[in-house]
Amino acid sequence: MLELILFYTFGTIAVVSAILVITRHNVVHSAAFLGATLFAVAGIFLTLQAEFLAGVQVIVYVGGILVLFVFVIMLIAVERSVHERQYNRQRTIALITSAILIVEIAYGLYRGRDSLILPSIVTPPAAAAAVGNSEQVGTALYTSYLLPFEIASILLLVAIVGAVVLAKKRTPAEE
Amino acid sequence: MVTTFHYLLLAAALFTIGVIGVLTRRNIMIILMSIELMMNAVNINLIAFSARLQQVTGQVFAIFVITVAAAEAAVGLGIVIAMFKNKETMNINEIDLMKW
Repeated sequence: MLELILFYTFGTIAVVSAILVITRHNVVHSAAFLGATLFAVAGIFLTLQAEFLAGVQVIVYVGGILVLFVFVIMLIAVERSVHERQYNRQRTIALITSAILIVEIAYGLYRGRDSLILPSIVTPPAAAAAVGNSEQVGTALYTSYLLPFEIASILLLVAIVGAVVLAKKRTPAEE
Repeated sequence: MVTTFHYLLLAAALFTIGVIGVLTRRNIMIILMSIELMMNAVNINLIAFSARLQQVTGQVFAIFVITVAAAEAAVGLGIVIAMFKNKETMNINEIDLMKW
């Protein structure tokens, strides 16, 4: 019962703030509602017994990515963009695309309904329960998935260099 | 009882909201935020199945998705700043240099 209440609370917060993110005119408000969505999704992770991921979600998304968004919003003019036209003239095509997407997902869920309507959390074996969630994720990350982990670090390095190159001032020698 | 189905529906709703945001808004910051929403929807799916199957693989994969999201946000916001220096706008309809 508690599970159900938590799921619906976090789910409602996530969906409502997500809708507010894409409908607000002021970018700062959108960023604030994005923060609410991210916190609610972290709560959803907690109900799924993924404590480590919930922590990572709050630290990396809210503490990192969202702060980055707010910094960039601070750097560029907000006041002027509020008075611009907010929506482009693609409403029809957007509606058609999302209708197709919803039908596609609904069809997939309908076909797989027998395997999906099962408790979301099966009771873990006693041995797995003795080891914490972070420990399990860490073990998997540093044994089976070591190579993807290293590739991810290279990806982050490339992203850092790319962001610096894109955002830096051009020197006279380059022009 | 909360089933995996509930989580899949929630993720589908978040993903669709993200798609609608990308397709209808003109402000590039909100488009980037919608992409983050879609990545979150994918993470919910991965972790729901990770809990359902009692395997930690889905959570490891979700960590990689978060890594990619961080890299994407860094590069995307770098592009936004470069663009704002050149064009003084956040409106994507005015960025049509490569459009014929």
